[in-house]
Amino acid sequence: MTVDHSLILPILLPFVVGIALLSIDGDRHLAWQRRLSLLATAAAIPLAILLLVTTVDSGYRTYVLGHWPAPFGIVLVLDRLSALMVLLAAVVALPALWSAIGADTDRQGRYFHPLFQFQLMGLNGAFLTGDLFNLFVFFEILLIASYSLLLHGGGRERIRAGLHYVILNLTGSALFLIAIGVLYGLTGTLNLAELAVRVAHASAADAGLIRAGALLLLVVFGLKAALLPLHAWLPAAYANTGAPIAALFALLTKVGVYSIIRVFTLAFGSTAGPAADIAAPWLLPLGLATLLVGAIGLLASWNLRRLIAYSVIVSTGMLLTAIGLSTAASLSAALVYLIHTTLITAGMFLLADLIAEQRGHADSQPAPPVAQPALLGGLFFVGVVAMAGLPPLSGFLGKVLLLQAAQDSPALPWVWGIVLSSGLLIIVALSRMGSQLFWRTLDSAALPVHATVRRLFPAVALLAAGPLLVILGQPLIGYASATAQQLRQPAAYIEASLANRHLAPAPAHAAPVPGTTP
Amino acid sequence: MEALIAVVIGLLAACGVYLLLRARTFTVVLGLMLLSYAVNLFLLAMGRLALHRPPILEAGRSAYTDPVPQALVLTAIVIGFAMTAFAIVLALRARRDLGSDHVDGRETGACAESGGGSECRPDGSSS
Repeated sequence: MTVDHSLILPILLPFVVGIALLSIDGDRHLAWQRRLSLLATAAAIPLAILLLVTTVDSGYRTYVLGHWPAPFGIVLVLDRLSALMVLLAAVVALPALWSAIGADTDRQGRYFHPLFQFQLMGLNGAFLTGDLFNLFVFFEILLIASYSLLLHGGGRERIRAGLHYVILNLTGSALFLIAIGVLYGLTGTLNLAELAVRVAHASAADAGLIRAGALLLLVVFGLKAALLPLHAWLPAAYANTGAPIAALFALLTKVGVYSIIRVFTLAFGSTAGPAADIAAPWLLPLGLATLLVGAIGLLASWNLRRLIAYSVIVSTGMLLTAIGLSTAASLSAALVYLIHTTLITAGMFLLADLIAEQRGHADSQPAPPVAQPALLGGLFFVGVVAMAGLPPLSGFLGKVLLLQAAQDSPALPWVWGIVLSSGLLIIVALSRMGSQLFWRTLDSAALPVHATVRRLFPAVALLAAGPLLVILGQPLIGYASATAQQLRQPAAYIEASLANRHLAPAPAHAAPVPGTTP
Repeated sequence: MEALIAVVIGLLAACGVYLLLRARTFTVVLGLMLLSYAVNLFLLAMGRLALHRPPILEAGRSAYTDPVPQALVLTAIVIGFAMTAFAIVLALRARRDLGSDHVDGRETGACAESGGGSECRPDGSSS
């Protein structure tokens, strides 16, 4: 019997290429490193599209690592959500890498290309795995790569922000392990599908600890996603790192959001017995508060990079609000918004770099006028309209879907009030920043810096998502709502994930205590 | 034995959190290490504590211990090692680049009292 190995390729490809890149001397053969890295990152896109197409036909695909049957071995599970995230990662990674090469970011320090590939490996692994501990391991892979990328090039501000980022995430990892320990100790499994089965049948005595474990996971994922009390690390970290790296990091908070969707619809969703829908009462108010705080931060930003970093917090707030509403409609609104915000934020980070180069800095103080005001101003306008959620660009689509999804919810006044008023704050902040950047100029000649087509292309490609996502709105919303439907049927995921277990019957009670079994 | 392990885990975690909340990078790294020790012991204990039992299933053997937490702890220790090494290097780098071992890169104590005089430049040029 032949096994289809294509499911592990998104993890293996960056892993193997990353190791190969390590063996190429980056100082002398940088051109070869660049070619290989670009090739591998470009190849990930057709691969991800292929995987996405197969999920439309077959629903779920699983890959059993080492052919160990499911609850004992590690299983990779591909469903519509993970296929979407893998494709999103590939689509953001290519322009980010391209602009890193165009701006010579990879010359600022060693090992940029291997780290970039390991970062992609961690991302894809986190999206594909169906095992809680494996999720932890891929988190660590993507985190350690992100630590080094964040600090890439060095500098005082980067080190300062990096120190906070690293310490917070190491603490988060400790909490993640405690949560895994609690859940394993009570249920005796790490496989997400098996965990879902056992949590649903957990005894009343274990209920309290299971809920504690689940909420600890929420804290860990909330830290990654920059949920309100845990968001303070993000603006400094994202504002001070290199632009291509910040563009890639637009994905990192989405890993937290993905993990929240995955774990809290599957293992602690509506069918989870004592821990049913445990996250929703926290996510909705915290998401709304994150949204408001992010919008206020946006208004207080005096620097374009910092402003975009706060817009990442705003997008986390929007996403977690939508997830917190926990209906099929709100979940599909969250997915539409997630695609939009990742692409636009990444594009804006790249554009901010181009603007900063022509003005000399990205602060709102007066500076020489930009050399290409029509071009950069036009791109900035497109990005801003999309970010603020104004029609006719893609941000509007996600926002309207979210507002519609809240219609039957008792939280309707809160959701509408905060989403709309923070939208107003964002428009004020963005238009003020735009007029300061392009119109409040010194009476000096423009700096002789022109953005070449090679530098512009990645930013344009990402910002093109604004109009493109609206043109493709029909299939996009179709895919998102099918994904939301799929996510709300965890039984099918469990069935697919555990399909190859021919060793153990499902226990209908809590885990046996090892050592006492006869 | 359960009580002893529980007390040890609690003590390690408490010391770790206390040190983590200090404002100096060295104590923060020590705190992270103690916290990761506490977490590793906790993970091991989640397989239930058992003495003199092999983590192997064999025909005719009725007493065994759960091997999974041991494998998890091993992975967690390796990852923790790497992360601690990274944190130490980063702390050293921050000390050099920021001229201070404060986690915010700020000068505190003597320098703050003396009003941040010439010998307290944040770039550490003359300290």
